[in-house]
Amino acid sequence: MDLFLQQIINGLTTGSIYCLVALGLTLVYGVMHLPNFAHGSLYMMGAFITLTLIKSSGLNYWLAMLASAVALAAIGIAAERLVFHPLRNAPHANNLIAAVGLLLFLEGLAHVIWGPEFWQLPTPYDRVVQFLGLTITQQRLFIVAATLVLLAGLYLFLKKTLVGASIEAMSQDRKGASLVGIKVSRVSMLTFAIATGLAAVAASLAGPINLVYPSMGHIVILKAFVIIVLGGMGSLPGAVLGGYILGLAESMGATYISMAYKDLIAFAILVLILSLRPTGLLSGGVK
Amino acid sequence: MALFTRKNCPALALVILSLILPLVITNKYFMHVIIMGYIWAIAVYGLNIILGYTGQTALGHAGFMGIGAYTAGLLNLKLGLSFWPAMVLACLFTAFLGWLAGIVSLRTRGHYFSIFTLCVGVIIHVVITRWDDLTGGMNGLIGISGPPPAGPVSFDSLQAQYYLVLFFLLATIFVAGRVVNSLVGRTLTAIKTSEELTEVLGINTMKNKIFAFVLATFFAGLAGALYAGYIKFLGPQMCSVSMTFDMLLYLFVGGNGTIAGPLIGSLVLSTITESLQVVQEYRTVIFGPILIVLIIFFPRGLYGGYEILRDRIRRRLPAREAPEGAKEEVC
Amino acid sequence: MLLSTVNLSKSFGGLMAVNSVDFSIKKGQIVAIIGPNGSGKTTFFNVVSGIHRPSAGKIFFNGEDITGAPVYERTLKGIARTFQTTTLFSNATVLDNVIVGHRLRTKTGFWDVLTRNRRFKEDERKCREKALEVLEFAGLSNLADRPVENIPQEARKRVAIAMALATDPQLVLLDEPAAGINFDETAGITELVRKMQKRGLTVCLIEHKMQMVMNLAEHIMVLNQGMKIAEGTPEEVANNKVVIEAYLGSDDDAEDD
Repeated sequence: MDLFLQQIINGLTTGSIYCLVALGLTLVYGVMHLPNFAHGSLYMMGAFITLTLIKSSGLNYWLAMLASAVALAAIGIAAERLVFHPLRNAPHANNLIAAVGLLLFLEGLAHVIWGPEFWQLPTPYDRVVQFLGLTITQQRLFIVAATLVLLAGLYLFLKKTLVGASIEAMSQDRKGASLVGIKVSRVSMLTFAIATGLAAVAASLAGPINLVYPSMGHIVILKAFVIIVLGGMGSLPGAVLGGYILGLAESMGATYISMAYKDLIAFAILVLILSLRPTGLLSGGVK
Repeated sequence: MALFTRKNCPALALVILSLILPLVITNKYFMHVIIMGYIWAIAVYGLNIILGYTGQTALGHAGFMGIGAYTAGLLNLKLGLSFWPAMVLACLFTAFLGWLAGIVSLRTRGHYFSIFTLCVGVIIHVVITRWDDLTGGMNGLIGISGPPPAGPVSFDSLQAQYYLVLFFLLATIFVAGRVVNSLVGRTLTAIKTSEELTEVLGINTMKNKIFAFVLATFFAGLAGALYAGYIKFLGPQMCSVSMTFDMLLYLFVGGNGTIAGPLIGSLVLSTITESLQVVQEYRTVIFGPILIVLIIFFPRGLYGGYEILRDRIRRRLPAREAPEGAKEEVC
Repeated sequence: MLLSTVNLSKSFGGLMAVNSVDFSIKKGQIVAIIGPNGSGKTTFFNVVSGIHRPSAGKIFFNGEDITGAPVYERTLKGIARTFQTTTLFSNATVLDNVIVGHRLRTKTGFWDVLTRNRRFKEDERKCREKALEVLEFAGLSNLADRPVENIPQEARKRVAIAMALATDPQLVLLDEPAAGINFDETAGITELVRKMQKRGLTVCLIEHKMQMVMNLAEHIMVLNQGMKIAEGTPEEVANNKVVIEAYLGSDDDAEDD
């Protein structure tokens, strides 16, 4: 029973990270119809920037995370302007390829700047706490709590502010949104900034329990894709729900099925679902 | 039908050049780079069929190349099969798995298809990495035998291996060329442009897409088997997602949907990488932006750009625009 | 009857786009389907050509039940269609576009293209000849080698029809063949449709240009909100009270009276 509870906590931790990454991915997909394969490398950049700020200037963990989110938002805006904006009317394969180009560039850059080594992000929350008879690191609890706060914040932003509402409107109907006077390219930039900012926070949160290295984004981004396909491409609640479900499924699977093939669970689920429902789980069957 | 028509001239010149290349190049390392470039090109020709001509962005290609390589390697190591039958079986087995994957994945469209095939590639990679008993896991497979002599011809020397790979590359280009320049190729291009319209024209698009996918994975399998026989060592790294991204790079730099593109891309990029130390170090930092710039300004890559330029020059020189029959003029 | 639909319905999430339509087309006729915007005409075409599965009802072609047949099979059996937006393979020439149109009548496969055998040559020739033939029929011979993206709108409409003709159809469904072209050009398309009938083809068209419809069609079906509200000769339909109301109602509010 303890093992089971322990795995629930682990699943919620991983699920939180998946949530934040998948949310960014699904926001960008919803607004721009872009499957951003580079999202994982932006996540990686976020982790490295936080790491560098803490290591070199001894910045506080929180401040470093915030600064990293801002930096990544700026990188996200630059990527939108320089790479994806010129391709907004191109065939769908082209912006996908451009995303791969961006991924290659960012990863190469990380290699050049930080080398291929594995790093651990230092955290002030490294103590172990007793909780419901379980031993958990503070960082894990912190990840779960921080994610909930961010989710609430994002929800309020999208529902209660005008700018947020325009993002939602655009993800539902791009053409319609431009007709009612929403500035499409401004919303695209903002969406990218939010998505990459979230990725930076997610990476900084995960940094202390996982490791930081140039290709750390690969598996995360792949899983985020699985999540948004399951939850419906462009759907925000779907991304949140899918993130937690996948996190829990993996930690259970790793314990009760096979540790070695843990990473396969997500992809097996995806292949199974798309084989049965080629248009995704929540598409409602309309072409 | 004369062999030396004007249309064939550049191609024939290139074939002759490729045949005398080993006599000119004495640097063994450079030879090796070119052989590897050819092997990648064979796989990229496969990718070109499904992505470039049929418009289906398949992202599991390195996985299928891995299947070809590991099948050939395992048949050789575990069953003691010699290279030739192992190669044939590897190609067939890869194409068979391609067929299976195609049946389910091609029902999805657009981005769903890309994500689906990407996951198929990852699954293949993870299984190869983790199935220690069969594939040797991270340690890989060591000691695969190269091709045994075919009659009096032995494949021990680097030159001989060069010719072997060249032979299969030319065969691949031949097959790809014949398919593309035919009703079958037109059908594939039609699917790329509009699947719905093609279906309304009475064409079973699913059947055609599966054909393209099977052919693509067959070439990936062939490239994998040649890789196994040439390098004689296999590690899971060769079929990781990064390798698929490399192939995309080769294809889009060379020219997506053009007959010369895969060869140009694979050869140019691998020789540049290997010959310039700076490029080797900053490889993806340089190639990533190049890929982005090309996709924005020249979506059909170097060869596509050349074609546009050529057509523009031809239009300016109307005298050379000969009627249909005159193109067969002897060179 | 060449084509008949029995009780044909199609709903999208509870909304009946086509509602229990019984409709028949006789061989050799030119028939038209008219109705206000959003009355379900294009959906009706989509269900007949197989792009949408019907929610209920049956479709018969030459007496054979084709309700469950996939799109390409219906084209093989002889139902061709064009689209409202002139969907063409825009980076190819007019001739290349039309050549693909005859692919369905050929059997060339992988082995044939690899060896370039007799069947390959025969099929390539057959498709090219067919394409040239229908291009001439559609009055496009002089544009054959032009890239499709560089030809005028009216010519594109003709190319779309030529592609449909290249499939060797018995029935041709034309979705607004005269949309977006001027008066003279409309007359030209009208002529082309007549010529198709003289060739023994059956034509069913959706069109908003009433003059063209009244001029061409022998038989007209009127749809409104997915339902068939009238059917008959052009005169009968033009004088039908329900039809007039439906058309007026689509501008004001029909539910008021």
